[in-house]
Amino acid sequence: MSDTKTKAQPILSVKGLRLHYFTSKGAVRALDGVSFDLFAGETLGLVGESGCGKTTMGMALLNMPSPPGRIVSGSIVIDGTEIVGLSDKVLRRDLRWSRISMVFQGAMNCLTPVYTVRELMVETYREHQPSADALDEAGLEALMSKYLRLVGLSSTVQGRYPHELSGGMKQRVVIAMALFLEPKVIIMDEPTTALDVIVQAQILNLIKELRRDLGLSYIFITHDLATEAEIADRIMVMYAGKMAELGTNEDIFGGDSRSGPRGGPLHPYTQKLLASTPRLRRRVSELAFIPGAPPDLIEPPKGCRFAPRCSFARPKCSSEEPPVAELGPGHLVACWKAMEDPDYERF
Amino acid sequence: MSASEAPAVTAKDGLISDPPILEVKDLRKQFTAHRGHSIVRAVDGVSFALRRGEILGIVGESGCGKTTTGKLIMRLIEPSSGSIKVEGFEATSLGRDEDFAYRRRVQMIFQDPYASMNPHFKIKDVLEEPLLIHGIGASRSERMELVAEVMAKVKMTPVADFMDRYPHMLSGGQRQRIATARTLILRPSVIVADEPVSMIDLSTRAEILHLMKTIQMDMDLSFIYITHDISTARFFTNRIAVMYLGRIVEIGSQDEVIDRPIHPYTRALIEAVCEPEPGRVGVMRDLKVKGEIPSASDIPKGCRFHTRCIFATEACSALSEPELEDMGGGHLHACRRWKEIG
Repeated sequence: MSDTKTKAQPILSVKGLRLHYFTSKGAVRALDGVSFDLFAGETLGLVGESGCGKTTMGMALLNMPSPPGRIVSGSIVIDGTEIVGLSDKVLRRDLRWSRISMVFQGAMNCLTPVYTVRELMVETYREHQPSADALDEAGLEALMSKYLRLVGLSSTVQGRYPHELSGGMKQRVVIAMALFLEPKVIIMDEPTTALDVIVQAQILNLIKELRRDLGLSYIFITHDLATEAEIADRIMVMYAGKMAELGTNEDIFGGDSRSGPRGGPLHPYTQKLLASTPRLRRRVSELAFIPGAPPDLIEPPKGCRFAPRCSFARPKCSSEEPPVAELGPGHLVACWKAMEDPDYERF
Repeated sequence: MSASEAPAVTAKDGLISDPPILEVKDLRKQFTAHRGHSIVRAVDGVSFALRRGEILGIVGESGCGKTTTGKLIMRLIEPSSGSIKVEGFEATSLGRDEDFAYRRRVQMIFQDPYASMNPHFKIKDVLEEPLLIHGIGASRSERMELVAEVMAKVKMTPVADFMDRYPHMLSGGQRQRIATARTLILRPSVIVADEPVSMIDLSTRAEILHLMKTIQMDMDLSFIYITHDISTARFFTNRIAVMYLGRIVEIGSQDEVIDRPIHPYTRALIEAVCEPEPGRVGVMRDLKVKGEIPSASDIPKGCRFHTRCIFATEACSALSEPELEDMGGGHLHACRRWKEIG
């Protein structure tokens, strides 16, 4: 499966991306040289703890860094178009929502309360659709109804205000708004985090259904590995503005003997993160945790950024930065230990 | 050590020879909403007993009444009716002084450790405040000794390094440890923890849960752990109560409730939870539940879950509310059709 994908042309390609926040205390190196590809029809999960750069990455993919952030270097190619360096005007007209859109974290609670769902959708449409090939009233009406139906809402929702909808319904509206200009790539930033467990599962089912029926590609951002296990074909684990590990669902969650001699993730950070995720269906007496806290990104540690919290760290780890190495087909890991001794005794 | 461990073992085995440390009976809390036009039955007849040295999880979705139940037990709000007994004493009819003493025995850990601390207070002041309020310690130095002792207990060491810091200088995990220390310093017998780890990063979440568990066993504390996250409840608790629209629909040992759930709502809740395991991509979850949670101001008649239950028959809505039924071993549920649904 990964073979056919690597031969295909990526729909989104990120190379050496650096995005810094220029604060009065110095430049926060929120993304510090990240590269990855997203292939058509695939879901790539971005996972990591708060401050690892996953939301910054989502915003960067729309070339819409939150101030005082700026893309310092690197390249983002979407469907053949380099978007770094394009003006806001061009991005809004040609790219955002029509080719790549985003379900922002907490967006369901940020819907303008004085607009009806219909007004919100019309506004989104007018903002991103060049007037030349805009639909007429009836066409737009049909388009909105179609997408509301696709997310499981009746078209009567159009006349409702956000406060008249439940959390799950609001999130469905937000997803419909991300979809209805028919982009190929959707970035989902914690789309289920603020929802109740059952509603979460319903929204995840919806996201899976939409991918299957519309052939979408997703970047799925969350702090929760269990959610990634459910949705992502491949997973990129981020730590302190860098990629720690990138592998297939099987590489990360094990259960496949091909994914390394012992199965499961190769980077100590991924391993610990996985071991600290509580499980429901099987009783665990011990949960792992990682002592300490992620580093300051104004002056990140030399060498591997995880070294200060890593139980495998050796002197080399805190002096030389580990390169990204391919330790299995498509399985990328940035760790000296894993690189030099892939059979090492894990946790 | 053995003396402090004994009750915890008792609780796990489900032997109820000891009188419960906390007993809640038919607890109700109604709020009026929309200028008196509707009544929200947030807690609608909750009964359970907390045994000494036990951790009881109360799980449910938002609006199920779990936080209101916690606040009622803390006596932060007055119940509309029902009884709360702590160590045999009725807590709902206390005078001012008794109330004061009650608060010392029952302490709470809140969800947001930043919002629950005065940002102008140094850590030592945050921890000294409850001592001052309750008149513990004759002098500042005596109180500081207690502060240092409790900080060591929650592993905020070296103590001297942290005493003079402000809450904003600590990580979320450290702040939650201070919040835990602030409850422990009064040597309570019951701690109500409302989502104590939901705002903490995953890598430190387990550390806080481990710490709370260790302290709970060392100090023979009884814990109520309120959460929406049934996975952490499985790790942290001895027993789990599942709440739906203001009532407990199932309660039992965590193994019973999670491995052999009976109530259709508990089953749906468990089915909805994702696991960090491979082989799930593209597979839909079979939720066996309809629609969304109704409003607590318009609770369905009969079994309150019948509007969402795929197993419901006419009887479920026509007959009276099902009472909790004991399956043995302290596993109770409120579903009339449990035999038919298998």
